[in-house]
Amino acid sequence: MTATPAPAALIGASGRKLGGEALRIEGLHKSFGRLEVLRGIDLVVAEHEVVCLIGASGSGKSTLLRCVNLLEPIDAGRVVVEGQEITASGTDVDRIRRRIGIVFQAYNLFPHMSVLDNVTLAPRKVLKLDKAAARTLAMDLLERFGLTEKAEQYPDRLSGGQQQRVAIVRALAMKPDLLLLDEITSALDPELVAEVLDVIRELAESGMTMIIATHEMGFARDIADRVCFLDAGQILEEGPPVAIFGDPREERTRQFLDRVIQAGRMAGGSSG
Amino acid sequence: MTGPGTLGQEAMPSGSRRSRLLGGPYTGSRGVIVSIISTIFVLGLAGLLIVNAPGWEDFKAFFFDPEVFASSWPKVLQAFLVNVRMFLVAEFFVLICGLLLAIMRGLPGPVFTPFRGFAIIYVDVFRGLPAILVVYVLGFGIPGLGIEGVPTDEFFWGVLSLVLLYSAYVSEVYRAGIDSVHPSQEAAARSLGLTRFQALRFVVVPQAVRRVIPPLLNDFIGLQKDTALVGLLGLVEAFRRADIEAAAAFNFTPYVATAILFLLLTIPLSRFVDWLVARDRRRQMAGAR
Repeated sequence: MTATPAPAALIGASGRKLGGEALRIEGLHKSFGRLEVLRGIDLVVAEHEVVCLIGASGSGKSTLLRCVNLLEPIDAGRVVVEGQEITASGTDVDRIRRRIGIVFQAYNLFPHMSVLDNVTLAPRKVLKLDKAAARTLAMDLLERFGLTEKAEQYPDRLSGGQQQRVAIVRALAMKPDLLLLDEITSALDPELVAEVLDVIRELAESGMTMIIATHEMGFARDIADRVCFLDAGQILEEGPPVAIFGDPREERTRQFLDRVIQAGRMAGGSSG
Repeated sequence: MTGPGTLGQEAMPSGSRRSRLLGGPYTGSRGVIVSIISTIFVLGLAGLLIVNAPGWEDFKAFFFDPEVFASSWPKVLQAFLVNVRMFLVAEFFVLICGLLLAIMRGLPGPVFTPFRGFAIIYVDVFRGLPAILVVYVLGFGIPGLGIEGVPTDEFFWGVLSLVLLYSAYVSEVYRAGIDSVHPSQEAAARSLGLTRFQALRFVVVPQAVRRVIPPLLNDFIGLQKDTALVGLLGLVEAFRRADIEAAAAFNFTPYVATAILFLLLTIPLSRFVDWLVARDRRRQMAGAR
């Protein structure tokens, strides 16, 4: 399967206008020991595009995101971000990671720092903003996501949903070109999922380019410009949500979606 | 055979019943009275045993002579200040060297193999050697070489020995702390663009140090006590001074005075660190700065 080039200035399935190529992944392979987790991934993402990765646990969604952010070294293939091959040897990985934000399933907030310090750490130490500027930046973002009163609190005093929103704010404070979301609602109590998904909807509307690994099919159907079904380390099928959820070509995709519907994960996200 | 119904009732005792079963602390006034009576009884019994021992009078005269105590106390106290200076200087360097060793040992990748190797060998050697041997070899041996410019001061060599020895212990404590911070914390820091060093400095090490404060203190109490070893080099610190006083008075009371001085230092320190740990926990729980 070859990567389809991102068409310029198209309208995505979500109705948002897409820009030029933001990310290109070609022939990406990744193994952990003898276990081959990614077996040749090709994917091109346009600016402002929202791509949802679906697939069973262990299909390689998380690993793919971690490889894009260079948290995992890749075995073969290339990753190109806005024309620059970031997997080339000699690349300044710290510089690349500034432009690619990632939010993890388990939030991974720094427990020894207040919410404000969690958000301002990277802008201060990496972007070299002074304390006041970093604070202003952080408070603006926290206000935008309804977290102003939590600024001085420590993460363990926050609900899971609040912690995950702080984690998103922390990633946004670096003003990334691309945001990777790794099953960010999987660790949340059901009643807290909506507040986090609402944040993502707002980000999509503001034009953020995102790759979202998710089990929330209703949400994926609503928000995605494109849905990729991962199976055994490959993108088995991709297309607009209507096609993937309405009439999947592949038998494996159909089976997966049937199992999800039985588990009751199809509803939910569409209500917000 | 007991039915499941009765078993369920048995397994759910009332609050007071449960604390009695588990030996938990009593809160009622009856509990306070019982604990006072029990303490007096046990201490009284132990005291009686000692006082009625055949050698008690001699023992008392040799170890608890009030006059010898009064005359030796100021001198031992004066010498004890040398111990305090020794461990303050040593602790400062141990904290830094220990952390450097721990970080060195955790460096990933083949490039850093020599550093890792050095840290491993260093810790193996200095944890494995008896402290007294290191003090002897450094304190008598190296000045004995007579190299130009090498200090001959016992204080210097004594403190250096302690730093070399305790850095090995403390680096293991730090390493356990660093290992206990989940790798996802470093991943989160790196994903924000922080360098490996920045991730260590701002995210991993602060959490690691917080977790290892109690075991670090353990090693520091050990270090404070081991300053007495430097007396063997001839430096007049508290133990050496007590030695001199004991020989002059033909009485062991100066050693008791020294023991009390060490306890006066180490016990409040233990309480202080307990308080620090509790305060830290309270702060994080309360979410206040």
